[in-house]
Amino acid sequence: MEIPDELLYTRDHEWARRKGVHVVVGITDFAQDQLGDVVFVELPAVGDPVKKGESFGVVESTKAVSELFAPVSGKVVEVNDPLADAPETINEDPYEEGWLIVVEPADPGELDGLMDAKAYKTFVEEQD
Amino acid sequence: MTDPAGRKPSTERGDASAASADGATRGLVHEEPLLFEQGARGRTGASLPPAPAGLDPAQEIPAALLRPSLEGLPELSELEVVRHFTRLSTWNHGIDTGFYPLGSCTMKYNPRSSEALARLPGFADLHPLAPPELAQGALELMHQLERALSEIAGFDATTLAPAAGAHGELCGLMIVRAWHASRGNPRKKILVPDTAHGTNPASSALNGYAVVQLASGPDGRLTPEAVRAAMDEDVAAIMITNPNTLGIFEGHVAEIAAIVHARGGLVYGDGANMNALLGVARPGDMGFDVMQYNLHKTFATPHGGGGPGSGPVAVKAALAPFLPLPVVVKEGATYRLVTDARERPQTIGRLREFWGNFGMFVRAWALLREYGPEGVRATGELAVLNANYLRARLRDTFHLPYEADSLHEVVFDDQRQQASGVSTMDVAKALIDHGFHPPTIYFPLVVHGALMIEPTETESKETLDGFVAAMREIAERARTDPEALRAAPLLPFRGRLDETRAARKPVLRWRPGMKVE
Repeated sequence: MEIPDELLYTRDHEWARRKGVHVVVGITDFAQDQLGDVVFVELPAVGDPVKKGESFGVVESTKAVSELFAPVSGKVVEVNDPLADAPETINEDPYEEGWLIVVEPADPGELDGLMDAKAYKTFVEEQD
Repeated sequence: MTDPAGRKPSTERGDASAASADGATRGLVHEEPLLFEQGARGRTGASLPPAPAGLDPAQEIPAALLRPSLEGLPELSELEVVRHFTRLSTWNHGIDTGFYPLGSCTMKYNPRSSEALARLPGFADLHPLAPPELAQGALELMHQLERALSEIAGFDATTLAPAAGAHGELCGLMIVRAWHASRGNPRKKILVPDTAHGTNPASSALNGYAVVQLASGPDGRLTPEAVRAAMDEDVAAIMITNPNTLGIFEGHVAEIAAIVHARGGLVYGDGANMNALLGVARPGDMGFDVMQYNLHKTFATPHGGGGPGSGPVAVKAALAPFLPLPVVVKEGATYRLVTDARERPQTIGRLREFWGNFGMFVRAWALLREYGPEGVRATGELAVLNANYLRARLRDTFHLPYEADSLHEVVFDDQRQQASGVSTMDVAKALIDHGFHPPTIYFPLVVHGALMIEPTETESKETLDGFVAAMREIAERARTDPEALRAAPLLPFRGRLDETRAARKPVLRWRPGMKVE
């Protein structure tokens, strides 16, 4: 299972990547593997507020519907619209093409509370 | 392997799909095209009277609403239509066909006696607008059922109006909201454990409440500590399913109810799993204030073909003024429907047209009268016994994620099969080849790869033993021939469907000449 070193991780299996002043958000390889084939994604609109730890959307697989939780509070500045027609991208490439939203964080310091790759790896192993 | 459903064993497995593609049969199971692909121009199944001389449709119906032609509609004889739907019905699996252990759905047998009584002309042909003096028998039945349901779950009053379980939840939370509003503050939040049915948060949101999810404890039970930490004066109610969707009795329910009541909240009971408690324990005695029943689960009214369902809501006396209309009242020796909100100024109003799904009231009442108090209690006891029998006989084969005692259903997972690459989905599909409907899978979400099995009280020991044998054989197959399991089912008329593609690229509209691979 892939856990890129440069990303930050939540306990709900989202990842966050700093990109200039913004933060790109997606779900981890472990999350997509547990979900199975993703068939539908519901994402917020550009301009919508998101709040750290609260639901910002929904991902649905053939097994279950799961909520997506924001790793940081702020405003949505970009949404990965092609996922609506190609949700399988999340399974195929969760860390690059399968990104979900880009957030302009209200307080970039919030990212400090997330796990690094090493801590997330340990966390996932405990889950298994 | 012999097919338990009695169909011809699939000896021509390899070319079965080729045979069905050109409209052939497998034994007497028929391939069946769409209605649109059958029939012939000018064929009809109805004899209409000749049009009156000089009729001009344009004079009868506004031109904008008139269809220029009937091109494209199916044109079939009566026999073709009868065969079409009868053949499709033979592809189905229902409780009348075989075992149907769909957890949390309580797929028990629907007795023919209840059906026969619901078809009595006095009930079946009664017009919903008949004046009350001509509907006294029906009103008496509704009143008696209302009394019985109140008594069985330990409440003071019950509305029969809701059309199904989720509609009952909606109704119950509307009552919760109305009660809080009458005290000056409708409050903002509902507490819902992580083992709840998905309808609980949905019903909360529809009533304008935010949902706070509570994690269940390591033994699968909700803990008083979790509730105490989340409980405040903004919480309108907690929704508890007891036993929960793991089939485990919420042993701390009385303490939890006291915590919620102390801060002015109410306790809502999701009665979907009431089958486990029938005649043995009463939610009204555990601290619940309001609870919905599912007559189509607990009291054996039909699920299939859309039921319809019925979701009566029982309440404590303090909530009774808020019940929806209509309400049946007994005055002396006669019965009357209260339909005017002026008589019940605090009512949440009407939930739907007319008087509820009356045919289901007749079936449920027939069952209650047939069983009597001893039979109702035996229902609960046998439902629990059957689930525990399956648990005891399968726990050496399938992993049991929670050790706590099971009531009416038992949840296993696929942990022991994972090493061979066999998942819960494969086990479920393989059960179809053994003639059994799969259990509920991947729910509750707190168990990864859940297999949630609810046998109900109406199954015999022989049926349960057959199911155990099938599950054991599947587990053995997972070890020796996992590839075969991943291809299952092979025996039914349709093999494993591509669920991912069906969800990602659904084809929702048929067009002439369309070929769907």
